[in-house]
Amino acid sequence: MEALLKLLSDNVAGYGSLASPLQYLLPMVLASLCCIALVALFPIVAVYAERKVAAHMQDRLGPMRVGGWHGWAQTIADGIKLLLKEDIIPSEADRVLFKLAPLVVFAGGFASLVVLPFGASVIVSDLNIGVLYVVAISSLGVVGIIMAGWASNNKYALFGGMRAAAQIVSYEIPAVMAILTVVIPVGSLSTQEIVRAQEGGWLGIGNWFIFKPVTAVAFLVYYLASLAEVNRTPFDIPEAESELVAGYHTEYSGMRFAFFMLAEYVNMFVVSAIGATLFLGGWNSPVFGGPVAFMLKSVALVFVQFWLRWTLPRLRVDQLMYVSWKVLLPASFVLVILAGALAVR
Amino acid sequence: MNRRDLNFAERLYLSEVFKGLWLTSGHFFSNMKKHLARQLGFTRIEKGAVTFQYPEERRPFSPRYRSRHRLTQREDGSPRCVACMMCETACPARCIYIVAGEHPDPNIEKYPARFDIDLGVCVFCGFCVEACPEDAIRMDTGIVEIAAYSRKEMIYHIEDLLQ
Repeated sequence: MEALLKLLSDNVAGYGSLASPLQYLLPMVLASLCCIALVALFPIVAVYAERKVAAHMQDRLGPMRVGGWHGWAQTIADGIKLLLKEDIIPSEADRVLFKLAPLVVFAGGFASLVVLPFGASVIVSDLNIGVLYVVAISSLGVVGIIMAGWASNNKYALFGGMRAAAQIVSYEIPAVMAILTVVIPVGSLSTQEIVRAQEGGWLGIGNWFIFKPVTAVAFLVYYLASLAEVNRTPFDIPEAESELVAGYHTEYSGMRFAFFMLAEYVNMFVVSAIGATLFLGGWNSPVFGGPVAFMLKSVALVFVQFWLRWTLPRLRVDQLMYVSWKVLLPASFVLVILAGALAVR
Repeated sequence: MNRRDLNFAERLYLSEVFKGLWLTSGHFFSNMKKHLARQLGFTRIEKGAVTFQYPEERRPFSPRYRSRHRLTQREDGSPRCVACMMCETACPARCIYIVAGEHPDPNIEKYPARFDIDLGVCVFCGFCVEACPEDAIRMDTGIVEIAAYSRKEMIYHIEDLLQ
């Protein structure tokens, strides 16, 4: 946003003579429009891609009808269908919470986009507490999920919400610990600083944290924990369709359901982008840097999420808790201690 | 059931997870390769999907597949059926209704004045085909899309079955 402000004041004649709040407002609006465009378009592409990936892994073809070429318009058609559907609220539901929940879930994922470093100057705002901000704001999603589960007045939805709360709160700890192993050597919480710390090195990738001893394992821990945080298979217990109908969004249909789906895919992108920022060198690349490299890395991690989803079965609830508290948490503690020892040396 | 205990590597799960990922990615990439090759014109390469895009592309039926019935014809186009009622008798679903008429040719005793099959009742067992002494009814049309808006339309008459 700062870069956008500079661009506007340098190139638009008389921009400096505008009222001062307006000068700041315009780049803000532009930046958030870009984010909304990304948030609206990414799930459309990702849902289609996921269905195609799933199909080809299972020797099928996936959507082939809508739009002519390989069913490219399938998600657009689905989106229009969801928009046109009747808006149903169960009569015993808590109407205010019921309407609010999808927005809260969505806001959590959307607000995380603020600190994603797409490029050296392509970032909405380079907060000096960027990583902490992401960890904090993405936890908002779980509040929305519990709200949805409670407000639906449905036992399956409530179970889903409770499970989601237990799961996300449990997995945040190893995720944050894994993030700490990167923050300790860099000495900054700013996402831009972390990306800059990974510049250069052998072949231009040698300084990426995934190629360093402690943080390589931390990447694995972070990735597993982030999968659980966005409720993806094998950790999709909150919406386990064979046990809980559809979990916390059982009672939702139409546009409100679409918001949950949107939030899920945005969150997938956000955790992948954070993974790319912290461990895969952000916008650094030996060939071409900038937003293209960053997007490629994020999308590659999203692909791995698809890949895992169509490979692994769902964990049981007790196994899920076991993995978090007895495997990932001790491992991440050891990693943090090792990272600290390496930093002190 | 005699279950083997998991060994150490299997209990760690990670190696098994990677094995699974290897399997799915193998399917994914080999299928993509096949699709790409076919798009580029190498049509002799096998398809990348085991599914059929149904209305455009049809699964080949086995030659003994039992589809909608047809009545075979003599050289002059009249039905081979002699209205012997064997098929009607053999039919476990009682979906065949035949009314016999006297044939003008003295060498042939009877002919079917009516021959109706209610496909809404038929169980496609093929007993009628086996029972027929004249090879007058067969189930080899390959037609499986039998649907109608009313039960009445599901009854096929002799004119429909002769085609």
